[in-house]
Amino acid sequence: MPDKRRIVITGIGAVTPLGVGARPLHEEWAAGVCGIEDGAGRCSAFDPSEFLSVKEARRLDRVSQFAVVAADEALAQAGWGGPATNGGAAERPYDPFRVGCVIATGIGGIATVEANHDLMREKGAARVSPLGVPMYMPNAPAAAVSMRHGLQGQMYGVVSACSGGAHAIGSAVRMIQYGDADAVVAGGAEATLTEFGFACFNALQALSPTGSSRPFDLRRDGFVMGEGAGVLVLEEAEAARARGATILGEVAGYGSTSDAHHLTAPEPTGRPASRAIGMALADAGVSAADLAYVNAHGTSTQLNDAAETAALKLALGERAGDIPVSSTKSAIGHLLGAAGAVEAVATLQALNERLIPPTLGYEVPDPELDLDYVPGQARPLQPVNGGPPVAVSNSFAFGGHNVALVIRGAG
Amino acid sequence: MATVTREQVQERVIEALASFGPEISSITPEATFEQLDIDSLDLVELAQIVEDEYGVVLKGEDMKELKTVDDAVELIASRAA
Repeated sequence: MPDKRRIVITGIGAVTPLGVGARPLHEEWAAGVCGIEDGAGRCSAFDPSEFLSVKEARRLDRVSQFAVVAADEALAQAGWGGPATNGGAAERPYDPFRVGCVIATGIGGIATVEANHDLMREKGAARVSPLGVPMYMPNAPAAAVSMRHGLQGQMYGVVSACSGGAHAIGSAVRMIQYGDADAVVAGGAEATLTEFGFACFNALQALSPTGSSRPFDLRRDGFVMGEGAGVLVLEEAEAARARGATILGEVAGYGSTSDAHHLTAPEPTGRPASRAIGMALADAGVSAADLAYVNAHGTSTQLNDAAETAALKLALGERAGDIPVSSTKSAIGHLLGAAGAVEAVATLQALNERLIPPTLGYEVPDPELDLDYVPGQARPLQPVNGGPPVAVSNSFAFGGHNVALVIRGAG
Repeated sequence: MATVTREQVQERVIEALASFGPEISSITPEATFEQLDIDSLDLVELAQIVEDEYGVVLKGEDMKELKTVDDAVELIASRAA
């Protein structure tokens, strides 16, 4: 196979329970701040009116609002100018038909579904809003970002529950590598903190009854649902360099497999997930010896954290115990379809700040889980083997999806 | 319903259109929906409001011909009378 095109990251954006913007995600988490309150990771600081007109805000479900605000931040950092509607399109560095947009969501605009379902029951089917479908369809976040920024290449949503954000990045990488696009705006968004959202996840007994997210801890009892979005601007490396872009890092590898095992439970041996990790390492041309960090899926459920630990040991072999592993979900909860994208952002930040934020709440080790989960406080990231540091970010999902990304920081 | 005045209809239409986004000061009788960035989805919402308020049923066909705020007010007021 000829040399693959390399994919660099030139912009990152996030809206998370730790604040609006990518910066608080790293800084607050590294400082030990947990964004979870009353059993949920809510984006309490997010006010759509700061970013969107009345018309924009009322036509976008919260899930799309998050995506748009995270994309605005990422594109501004990449130096692409503001929204097309404000004249920013003139500053775009690429032919708009060569720029893709792939944004995942696990659930879509569930608040819109609920509100319209209530309307139908109260006032009849004829009173359902014409904005219902365009607001709740799972491709709405991608469509909103594409329209706002005039991105006219391939554009779609990705549907793979809690691995959606990572699949979106993987799809974007392949789109650029194949030559279908020179750049892709990729990420994930989620906004499921609704009455029905909680009811459904509670019925699955997936959520922590104590409202605590403490991945890999012996006392872990389920995940805490969070909301938000993460978006990355990905560009073909030569094109990015040619335009003088600041290179933040690289999506060096992508691997994905499926469990074919159970609707919600992970395959307990970790073999399918370990294959995804192995594929991503091979895709990046690196080995376990090159890894400085693993950003775990680490949901704080009994089953995930055990299966993920098994998968890491299979994929990384003897080095597994030496590589620091921490979970962003300990600080913000589980952002479902946004998680993989937000965690890719967090992974890049850890690499570039050379600082590994801890797994918050990890206090009582589980004798069965024996990796280095970075307890207590943030720890300096130790580059290995010279060169820019490299990390793996894992994402797994209901349905049996496994995705691993290999991310390389700036030199 | 027979007591509804054209002024009342105009006031209600302007209030409804303002809730869709445009500045209320820009919503004059002469303003076109294009100028106000009011599209077909907004007009469906307007039709729902009008039906709740005045019992006037506006179909897609009726709405297609509307160009200005006054066009809408005229149609609704005439049907409501």
